[in-house]
Amino acid sequence: MLPDELKLKLQKMICEAESPREKAIDVMFEIQELQGWMSDEAMIEAAGLLGMTPLELEELATFYDYIYRSPVGKYVIKVCDSTVCWLEGHQRVIDYISARAGIPMGGTSADGLFTLLPVCCIGYCDRAPAMVINKRVYGKLTPEKIDKILDKLAIEAQFEEPE
Amino acid sequence: MPQYPQVLFKNRKPTRVVTLDEYRKSGGYRALEKFVGGRVSPKEIIGLVTESSLLGRGGAGFPAGKKWSSVPDSAAFPRYLAANGDEMEPGTFKDRVLLHVDPHCVIEGMILCGYSFSASKAFFFVRPSYESSAVIFERELEYARQAGFLGNHILGTDFSFDIVVHRSGGRYICGEGTALLNAIMGKRPNPIKPPPYPTEKGLWDKPTVVNNVETLACVPHILQNGPEWFKGLSATPHGAGTKLYCISGKVNFPGAVELPIGTRLSEIIEQHCGGMTQGSEFKACLPGGASTRFMTREHYDIPMDFEDLKNIGNRLGTAAIMVFDHKTCMVGATLNLIEFFARESCGWCTPCREGLPYMRELLRRIESGEGEEEDITNLRRLCKEVWNSYCALAPGAAEPVISLLDFFEDEVRQHISQKGCPFHAKADH
Repeated sequence: MLPDELKLKLQKMICEAESPREKAIDVMFEIQELQGWMSDEAMIEAAGLLGMTPLELEELATFYDYIYRSPVGKYVIKVCDSTVCWLEGHQRVIDYISARAGIPMGGTSADGLFTLLPVCCIGYCDRAPAMVINKRVYGKLTPEKIDKILDKLAIEAQFEEPE
Repeated sequence: MPQYPQVLFKNRKPTRVVTLDEYRKSGGYRALEKFVGGRVSPKEIIGLVTESSLLGRGGAGFPAGKKWSSVPDSAAFPRYLAANGDEMEPGTFKDRVLLHVDPHCVIEGMILCGYSFSASKAFFFVRPSYESSAVIFERELEYARQAGFLGNHILGTDFSFDIVVHRSGGRYICGEGTALLNAIMGKRPNPIKPPPYPTEKGLWDKPTVVNNVETLACVPHILQNGPEWFKGLSATPHGAGTKLYCISGKVNFPGAVELPIGTRLSEIIEQHCGGMTQGSEFKACLPGGASTRFMTREHYDIPMDFEDLKNIGNRLGTAAIMVFDHKTCMVGATLNLIEFFARESCGWCTPCREGLPYMRELLRRIESGEGEEEDITNLRRLCKEVWNSYCALAPGAAEPVISLLDFFEDEVRQHISQKGCPFHAKADH
């Protein structure tokens, strides 16, 4: 069950649209801010708010890179595997993160912090090889830089106050 | 390094976004005041943009004025504009840079475009990895509203217009005009083949214009300084305007630069990107994103303009130049490109959904040393067959493959005869 405060926020957002469905992605992004992924329950509730059938919303949720229909870690690490990142050593980045977090491509670390996924060109080819973590991009990656980033994220996670 | 007049990047700051006040000081919003505040007829705006020969900078190069004038006078209301900030063509990042440099060019361009066909609302469609652009744009829109450039009765006229930031869920096909509109409407973003064109029936069946953000950013400058000025900025007699080129790959200083359209590739690489990296010789480049053909040393001096590339059977596309060196395996590069296209296929039509994975499999076999002579024949055949697809994604994917077979056939045959990659598939070196 979505918290009332969130439901109110979503309803207000939907009211301001040309048509409720316009806000489908925004609604799913807001829910993911809260619980990380779109569970079946969340899909049904979100569809209800949007005036869509769960299947219509499922059509969207299963189509997009940034909507998750299974649980993900706190930080979803997407490593770009398109042309210039391929040229500049994206496989080394993937292998390094995979080894460090102890996960294969597509896996989530045991501590629930990191999920590793591929992604297509994120538009940072001048800073290849690059990755995006929860919509924040990091480029010109080296093992040292990767360590700093993942260490920082792990520390930040420790300081989150529970609601 | 030769210096050229900067238009879109003229206010560029190294570490931050240009503010509305700075944009105004440099002449920004004067076109809005003159044409919208001055109640100049929308048709005149379309006329000026048409005369300027502004071609779409999102990849297709369609004349902007022609697109706007195709909204029939008798068309329904309300009317919409969608600014395409999806930019997912591999190699392309010029819009990302523009949005972080001077978002008000884009905002003013959107308002002027909307005015020209009597639209009342616009959507700035932005991809997830450009979230920082979305946040900046929302902030700057608020400043534009406070200044009276957006909202009800702009500059005291009857023209009301506002812009909403629409965040995409993230997928390449959303950059395709009709798919983008489906995405905004909350439908599964498969493309829709015209007719009718979106300018007749787009968002919620109402007239909609879709334009790339760089295209829109040119508009205030064209209106302020005139079509002849715009045409005069070109390096070639037939071109018009400046162009944002984004260069990456084996050059010393990858990045986005604004140059006269038609600047030669050799100049772009050598004068504006610091030349090839140490130990790298130019082998080939993709001139305009992943949906263009490899361009070899033969055309190293080519003027990078729409017409010049078309004349050699290629495309300027997004002017995203990806530079490969002599150590790059072109089969490996092509395989990587087709892996991208196959994964991004929306799945709607059979030639793309089934054809691209088949292309990928043939290239994978060749790259891993399992290729055979007939794979070349089958690849060529597939490249023809994907033209039966519903949209331009699969035909775009065929472009690098055809050019691999046309220009690097000996490299392909080496893989087959040697039963392995002569470059040991070394992408990173």
